[in-house]
Amino acid sequence: MKFYVGIVLWLLSAVPLAAEELKLAVTTSFANSGLAEILLPAIAEGTGIDVQLLIVGTGQALKLGEAGDVDAVLVHSRAAEEEFVASGFGTHRREIMYNDFIIVGPTDDPANVGLATLATEAFAHIAGAQAPFVSRGDDSGTHKKELGLWKAAGIEPTGDWYRAVGQGMGAALNTASGMDAYILADRASWLNFGNKGDLTQLFGGDPALFNQYAYIPVNPALHPHVKAVAAERLEVWLTSDRARALIEGYTIEGQQLFVFNAER
Amino acid sequence: MNDILTGMAEALRLILTLDPTLIEISLRSLEVTVSATIIASLISLPLGAWLAINRFRARRFVIAFLNALMGLPPVVVGLLVYVLLSRSGPLGVLGLLFTTSAMIIAQVIIITPIIASISHQAIRELWADYHDLLISLNTTRWQRIKALLWDGRRALLTASLAGFGRAIGEVGAIMIVGGNIDHATRVLTTAIALETGKGNFALALALGFILIALAVVVNLALHLLSKTERSSLW
Amino acid sequence: MVAPILPLRAENIRVARGGKTLLGPLSLEIAGDGVTIVLGPNGSGKTTLLRALHGLERLRDGEVHWAVPEPETRKLQAFVFQAPILMRRNVVDSIAYPLLLDRMNRGEARDRATDAAEAVGLGGRLSLAAADLSGGEKQKLAIARALVRRPQVLFLDEPCANLDGKSTREIEAILIEARASGTRIVMSTHNVGQARRLADDAVFLFEGKRIDGGPADEFFSNPKTPEARAHLQGDLVP
Repeated sequence: MKFYVGIVLWLLSAVPLAAEELKLAVTTSFANSGLAEILLPAIAEGTGIDVQLLIVGTGQALKLGEAGDVDAVLVHSRAAEEEFVASGFGTHRREIMYNDFIIVGPTDDPANVGLATLATEAFAHIAGAQAPFVSRGDDSGTHKKELGLWKAAGIEPTGDWYRAVGQGMGAALNTASGMDAYILADRASWLNFGNKGDLTQLFGGDPALFNQYAYIPVNPALHPHVKAVAAERLEVWLTSDRARALIEGYTIEGQQLFVFNAER
Repeated sequence: MNDILTGMAEALRLILTLDPTLIEISLRSLEVTVSATIIASLISLPLGAWLAINRFRARRFVIAFLNALMGLPPVVVGLLVYVLLSRSGPLGVLGLLFTTSAMIIAQVIIITPIIASISHQAIRELWADYHDLLISLNTTRWQRIKALLWDGRRALLTASLAGFGRAIGEVGAIMIVGGNIDHATRVLTTAIALETGKGNFALALALGFILIALAVVVNLALHLLSKTERSSLW
Repeated sequence: MVAPILPLRAENIRVARGGKTLLGPLSLEIAGDGVTIVLGPNGSGKTTLLRALHGLERLRDGEVHWAVPEPETRKLQAFVFQAPILMRRNVVDSIAYPLLLDRMNRGEARDRATDAAEAVGLGGRLSLAAADLSGGEKQKLAIARALVRRPQVLFLDEPCANLDGKSTREIEAILIEARASGTRIVMSTHNVGQARRLADDAVFLFEGKRIDGGPADEFFSNPKTPEARAHLQGDLVP
């Protein structure tokens, strides 16, 4: 009996007890950008908070916040975020920065996406040519953005050419690379992606493709155990000049990825 | 093919330079899986022996149930543990979600049926040998279990190692309950999944090779320690 | 002082499997000192009788009574099987095992096991794996393990069935010594010569029933039944 009690204690003791840890659910696109590796050490240095990232889709990130399993979320799907806050799961929504999506596809561009001037037009070309298109299909922010664009273009994407993989950005890019398909990706994930194959960036820059990131602390009234004070300090840091300098100074292959737009 | 060669070279480079990240996640892999294997063995070895020596009505059902549990998808186990440990779940107050403890719990659930099933098989054969002697010596039920576990220890080591092998390579469940948090719950398998997601196939493969090497080293070390391959009959 | 568990009385015992009677109905009393030899052709029920007396067989009818309640007799009787059951341990640990069951401390148990091993001529084999012994040595190990608890009654089921003359003689010497130190021996054998050498009294089984037997000098010189007479002469009994 003593023995089993010992095991239970040992299990519990494996729980990290270090001073200030904060669990932040972020989207895969943010994690894949590589910006986290710049920001996290600076956050630890500036605030003493050890931010632990849970890298999931926006849908799951909000679900984690709803259950109180994380202290805050950093996601990019405005409608879902506003509903989250309205339902009382989060205290408020604070816009931090935005990046943008691009359309990636095979170099020979059979659907002539490169000739389009608007994102909706590019999507219409793809649907018109019935060219293979990989959709995240995982209820993530990127997926919701894509569905919004199809709707704006007045197209119901169905058929053999439309492949919903139900996976993260990286896995979806791997699939697109494997079948020479078009795909909507965030710029950061694309630039950091190591398995480009015959794919290339074909379209970007339309403001319709901008991707706003917002920070939402989980509501401590609903989940008393969440680290509300640390979450607030993190918010202050994320909207500081130091954060602005780091975010806007972050480049891959000479391209700036994020634009800081927090209001103060 | 090119990715495989690059992967091997990368694996070699990571090992030779004692890459700190590699060492950290490898040690965490070992910590989680060794803990899970020990706990699962403590549960399932006596259970396997108990099932072997007892005749009771539900015995066949329990064995069939154990065998069926071996096929349980890790993702389902992960989800189950997740729901239990979530702050809004029944065990939420423990605050174990997204810790190595949660990963250990998930792995224990995954490998306990495997170890119990294999050890039950081994103990049943030994029990057939020992039955008349242990009855004649007027042993208690617990003394029988002890003798069978001790004398069958080499076969049981193999059972535990089968559990270890399953656990060290498992990714579905620990990804869900551990969250793959850098410097907290990232282990070799979840790192492989992450690097695959980033399209860094060479690095992912390198980690895969290191995972295999680690599993081989642990198996060899335990077999050498227990002298399994040197003893003539058992 | 431990209470004597003898006399042993079997009353109308019957063992059956699948509707077929293997032994009995049969009554028997084992008392006093000495060696009782159970004789009979193959399939006559020798093994079943010994196992039934030791409590390894489920009795369809009848009862086995010891002088003291049955649970108290358990550690004071021992059984040696025809094919020795070896544990996956070395010689000294195998012999010490029954003592460890009685919560004797490990050092004392090993000392006594060493003495027991030496008494049966296994003194030079202490740390050898039981499985690596020769056939005769394996049976000696089983006997040493049976004797180590100093049982009042020792059952042996054809202990020399597969052994050569030398091993057989050595085992007989061990048994004679055990008898001299007060162990009551009940043993089956198909070897008539061995039976004559060891027996103080005899039980002759035929088709599961006890049809002959008695004090050794009477039985061996003047068996009452034709079956026993034929068996003792080495004829094939129908």
